[in-house]
Amino acid sequence: MAKIDVSVETGDQPAPPPSHPNTCPSCHSHYRDDELERELWVCTQCGHHFPMRARPRIASLADPGSFVEEAADLHSEDPLHFFDLRPYTERLAEAEMKTGLADAMVIGRAAIDGRNTMLAVMDFAFMGGSMGSVVGEKFSRACDLAAETGTPLISVTSSGGARMQEGILALMQLPKTVAAVEDLRDSGQALVSVMAHPTTGGVLASFATLGDVLLAEPNALMSFAGPRVVQEITREKLPDDFGRAEQNVRYGQIDAIVPRPQLRSTLSRLLRLFDAPE
Amino acid sequence: MPQSEHELRLRERLGRLKNLSLLGGAKLSGELERLQRQIDRIGEEATDEEIWRKVELARHPERPYTLDYIARLVEDWFELHGDRALGDDGAMIAGLGKFAGRTIAVVGQQKGRDIHERQKRRFGMPNPEGYRKAMHVMELADRHGFPIVTLVDTPGAYPGVVAEQHGQGAAIAASQATMARLTVPTVACVIGEGGSGGAIAIALADRVLMQENAIYSVISPEGCASILWRDAGQAKKAAAAFRPDAIHCLELGVIDDVVPEPKGGAQIDHDMAARLLGEALRDTLGELDGIPGDELRRRRRARFRRLGVYA
Repeated sequence: MAKIDVSVETGDQPAPPPSHPNTCPSCHSHYRDDELERELWVCTQCGHHFPMRARPRIASLADPGSFVEEAADLHSEDPLHFFDLRPYTERLAEAEMKTGLADAMVIGRAAIDGRNTMLAVMDFAFMGGSMGSVVGEKFSRACDLAAETGTPLISVTSSGGARMQEGILALMQLPKTVAAVEDLRDSGQALVSVMAHPTTGGVLASFATLGDVLLAEPNALMSFAGPRVVQEITREKLPDDFGRAEQNVRYGQIDAIVPRPQLRSTLSRLLRLFDAPE
Repeated sequence: MPQSEHELRLRERLGRLKNLSLLGGAKLSGELERLQRQIDRIGEEATDEEIWRKVELARHPERPYTLDYIARLVEDWFELHGDRALGDDGAMIAGLGKFAGRTIAVVGQQKGRDIHERQKRRFGMPNPEGYRKAMHVMELADRHGFPIVTLVDTPGAYPGVVAEQHGQGAAIAASQATMARLTVPTVACVIGEGGSGGAIAIALADRVLMQENAIYSVISPEGCASILWRDAGQAKKAAAAFRPDAIHCLELGVIDDVVPEPKGGAQIDHDMAARLLGEALRDTLGELDGIPGDELRRRRRARFRRLGVYA
């Protein structure tokens, strides 16, 4: 039988034809860095959403000066002494150099239009946003902090899935984050999940789809198995919007697609509805 | 991590448990015995060749499957069907029966023996309907106070177009969340392949066991090899790197105990394999007896929330 690979790809996907990162892959418009930044990395011509890093994402959502980061120093260890073509420790160090982050998630307290919230924001640039022990622990702490401070938690995900280099412990971050969400629920606080491109594999199959409200960015890929895997195993013809946010809305899997420029006001409304303290 | 460190950690845990004041109704003696057994086993760390042998045994076509164990261990078995929404998934078995004198629910993936059955069972790869059937039966068991045994044997959740349209990722998450809310004793045992999200969906249990020649991993060795080495042929190398064998999972605290198999593997003697599994399940369920439901749930969540290595 064909062996399956349940989509825990970690950012090593086959690269698209090389083009400048500031060139829109959809309509080929080209932007200067400052233009993209001003437009929240959304193409003004066609609405394509470029990847958005964790720090600018937080800056775009939180009231100025309100964000207080938590657990910034958590670093991954190498429990398996994992070595593929390169040692895991080297990949980690390189990712830290490249992103300035200790791992693929940033958590902290913030306010949106004066209402308090916890934020847990992923960064795809750090090893494909893969979830290992640090992401699992940070998300769990974000749940606990939200419960303790009596505020909702907003997660923004962008992840290829579980981090293979941490082996079975990476898989264990699924039940770990699920258990943390259940503790958060018992405390009566809300989880709002925003899925950015891509939210796949183990992150989709754990906390990201457990939100009280599920939102996605336009065209975000949100499938458990990646399109390549599905194609290889089933030989099925894939629909054009396979696994995309639009398909997920059509099939009733998520509540709404929110374009990035409207995300902040949408979250602000939800915080108001869930009655977050000012 | 050097072997001695693992042993040290286990000894520490053993020491801590010995000093714990006994909680009402808790059976720590079982826990102590198990830790002692774990310490004894750690000397048996598998070589790369042995790990690959286990991968082969875990996938052996004559290995007993969920229904083979149910037939030998569960009396008065009544299989339940359907997810009450879309269909009945042959890759997931769920039902009620008598075990050790009381009613329990059993949930587990099921592979097929011949070509026809393999197709019907989708090689043990459930669709979302399968996970929703599992949740439905686990919630039923919870309402009636039936302990739950899950038997894990899947290469992974089915990666299909329709499976994705029906919310495969969300179903796996919801199934875990359901287990995190249960107030009845739950024991999971990996009896073959514990493949990634498709496996953990039904393995968020109070106690997690693994048969001696079962494997439990974040990705199949072939999948890992094709992504990291860009060559599925390097599966053996990948397996040696992430070590999906039971002893390794035990060392990391991912599982609580290893269930012995007949010499040479469970495929050699299904009756004996079932007897050994039955004993382990009976003992493990016994350890959970008398612990109040909310305490079970609190400890179950805490057990999984501890997992991870960071600094």
